[in-house]
Amino acid sequence: MKENLKIVVLAKQVPDTRNVGKDAMTPEGTVNRSVLPAIFNPEDLNALEAALSLKDRLAGATVHVLTMGPQRAADIIRDAMFRGADGGYLLSGREFAGSDTLATSYALSCALKKINPDVIVAGRQAIDGDTAQVGPQVAEKLGLPQVTYAEEIVEIKADTLVVKRRLEHGTEVVECPVPVVITVNASAAECRPRNAKRVMTYKCALAKSEIAADPESAAAKRVASKPALQIVEWAAAEVNPDPEQLGLQGSPTKVKKIENVVFQAKEAKKLTAADSDIEALMVELIASHTLG
Amino acid sequence: MANFFSDNKDLQFQLQHPLMRKIVELKERNFAEKDLYDYAPQDFEDAMDSYRRVLEITGEVCGDVIAPNAEGVDHEGPRVVNDHVEYASGTVRNLKAIVDAGLGGLTLPRKYDGLNFPLICFVMANEMVARADASFENIWGLQDCAETLNEFASEELKQKYLPLVSAGATCAMDLTEPDAGSDLGAVMLKATWSEEKQTWLLNGVKRFITNGDGDVSLVLARTEEGTTDARGLSMLVYDKRDGGVKVRRIENKLGIKGSPTCELVFTNAPAQLVGDRKMGLIKYVMSLMNAARLGIGAQSVGTCEAAYREALKYAHEREQFGKPIIQFAAVSEMLSNMKAKLQGVRALLYETARFVEVYKQYTHISHERSLEADERQEMKFYNRLADGFTPLVKLFSSEYANQLAYDAIQIHGGSGFMKDYPCERLYRDARIMNIYEGTSQLQVVAAINAVTKGTFMEQIESYAAGEYAAAMQPIIAKLKELTAKFTEMVAHVEAGDKEVGGFKDFHARRLVETAGHIIITYLLAREAGECEDYAASARIFCKLAEGKIGEAYTYVMSSTVEDVALFKGVEQEC
Repeated sequence: MKENLKIVVLAKQVPDTRNVGKDAMTPEGTVNRSVLPAIFNPEDLNALEAALSLKDRLAGATVHVLTMGPQRAADIIRDAMFRGADGGYLLSGREFAGSDTLATSYALSCALKKINPDVIVAGRQAIDGDTAQVGPQVAEKLGLPQVTYAEEIVEIKADTLVVKRRLEHGTEVVECPVPVVITVNASAAECRPRNAKRVMTYKCALAKSEIAADPESAAAKRVASKPALQIVEWAAAEVNPDPEQLGLQGSPTKVKKIENVVFQAKEAKKLTAADSDIEALMVELIASHTLG
Repeated sequence: MANFFSDNKDLQFQLQHPLMRKIVELKERNFAEKDLYDYAPQDFEDAMDSYRRVLEITGEVCGDVIAPNAEGVDHEGPRVVNDHVEYASGTVRNLKAIVDAGLGGLTLPRKYDGLNFPLICFVMANEMVARADASFENIWGLQDCAETLNEFASEELKQKYLPLVSAGATCAMDLTEPDAGSDLGAVMLKATWSEEKQTWLLNGVKRFITNGDGDVSLVLARTEEGTTDARGLSMLVYDKRDGGVKVRRIENKLGIKGSPTCELVFTNAPAQLVGDRKMGLIKYVMSLMNAARLGIGAQSVGTCEAAYREALKYAHEREQFGKPIIQFAAVSEMLSNMKAKLQGVRALLYETARFVEVYKQYTHISHERSLEADERQEMKFYNRLADGFTPLVKLFSSEYANQLAYDAIQIHGGSGFMKDYPCERLYRDARIMNIYEGTSQLQVVAAINAVTKGTFMEQIESYAAGEYAAAMQPIIAKLKELTAKFTEMVAHVEAGDKEVGGFKDFHARRLVETAGHIIITYLLAREAGECEDYAASARIFCKLAEGKIGEAYTYVMSSTVEDVALFKGVEQEC
């Protein structure tokens, strides 16, 4: 594998939708972000671990996190640095607001062109939107091959990576050239914990807008004396996009209506193996258009 | 997604103590390293923030990794393969998580790659690890062997071993032998100097060695040929990579099954001398033991926490006669007492840790420069308190761990007797805590001096002189009554002991426990002034203390010197 491999992890800060109370949704049907804690999207942590384990095996390799979001999304960049990432890029600005997957992948691909990584790793999907589209769209926009549902980077060869994919009925091992986009499944290795010394070293890492918000804070002063603590932050203009394709205007997805769907088990029906029971079931399923 | 630090307000409260400022300043030598290391704190607030963050990481590893592995570790246990220990698979995963999180060398200086955290943080981490899996605490907690190296070993040895521990190497202290358990002066393992190899060589057998196949072992051995007592013993350090030690077997134990308790055979195992010859038992093991006793204190409090939580959860879930059993008075009383004991003994644990900390830091500073007169005095003051409080906390916490684990099963009823709930493991694990690192009976021997020489009384008076919230005044009044009883008991016993030797030994436990009950109640009353949450536990513990002290008082005051012979009568039985 080439020297000084540049790995970028695409990550998203999401509302923690795993333990939601009844106020998790607003009356308008959108996610009530203010009551849900913001967390590192779980599968992006699997992606980070895949990237870090690749770095562990390759001298000189670096791992950076790229995230698009508001200022506080810098939290997940710091979190990634606590776990072993070398640094991160925060893509932030109101031009990006309201992006659907198409606009998001466009913005990310603009930033990635500027970074020019060898391997891009992303979580399969985020727990807020559950689309699993951004990783593949980024690959398409950059014209790169993609490996989805990755569970493990099994082997590193001279110019290729061997990746195990988790599919519905088993696994598949594929070999792909770099540069490549890999999206990682939740079944992959869990991310390593935050490391004590890294936490103490990087807890003061800040993005530009965070420093601007409180330039007199102890952390801001520390960043001023230690440039390594600066998290790269780009506004839209800095990644040379076509403004038409950003944010709300670049997002063809329109949400028409949102419904709260409650899954509940209805009364069970017991069937015997008798032909008459099976026939009755067939008739019922055909009548409800479940079959045929 | 559990975090054993974030979910434990009591633990967080203990980190806020006013003495922390002094402790941090001593530990950081006024932040001398702030520009030398990226991860060194800039000031007090920065240091405290780092402690909290790292304890949160520890809490997360405990909640998400170690606790879920505990049942598997208990069932699987370690094995001997090719004369070496192979840990249970869960233990291996635990160690990896701890190493990844960089939690080795928590208290060691930065120049040996340590985090340079105060002992308090190490005790807290120990407690959380024990709550997750007491058997893993044995393995991880032994990193305090490195503190003994840091205090007494040569610079050369420190540079060799301490960075290993910081990187996650595990330790062992090889003290006991088949014929030397509580009586360590009888140790026979032989150390002979080899001119040819320019090293000490160890030969003999050690038994009941926790984590005996650890990477770095401190070995108590006889360097002085022909001697038979403590004065012929020295401390040596052995590196597993050098070879020469075989694990003959692992004990099959009642509890802490994940912790390998080894029988070791040394055959010309090379080792280096730590500190001075002949000081092994007299000086270094005593220091090691005090640290280890505090460690067992933490392990016991962690076990209390786990037992209380299991019991509380079950009492809410289990319904009988149409309501959750926590609504029955008999159950809620048990739970309230459990909580009071848990919070009380935790208060004692961290009070002790603070005393030990200040004393230890002055000791380290005294190796760097000579202390000022007031510093020397302060060091002496905290040294005395540390010596008295350490056996006290070991005694109370390990007995409470057993009591709470017992009560947790009782609250679970028949289900608690089955292997289906964690409380049965807690019960088995707790049973060793009032035995190893000195039985409860030996803790009493270590603490009785603090009764008769007045250390406990001085400290009780200092607590009594403190300020307390209005709501606590009835408790303080009660404590003054109880203290008067304590004084009476001590006087009675000392007078009797002058008449017939052995009278003091006979009542020693009752006296030490009385002092302990008074001290713990004061600590809870003090905490109640700072935080409402402790008011109930202070009141409940005061009732327990009053009952216990009343019983001890009745027993002691109606006891005469004839009792010494009466209870020795059993010696004639066979």
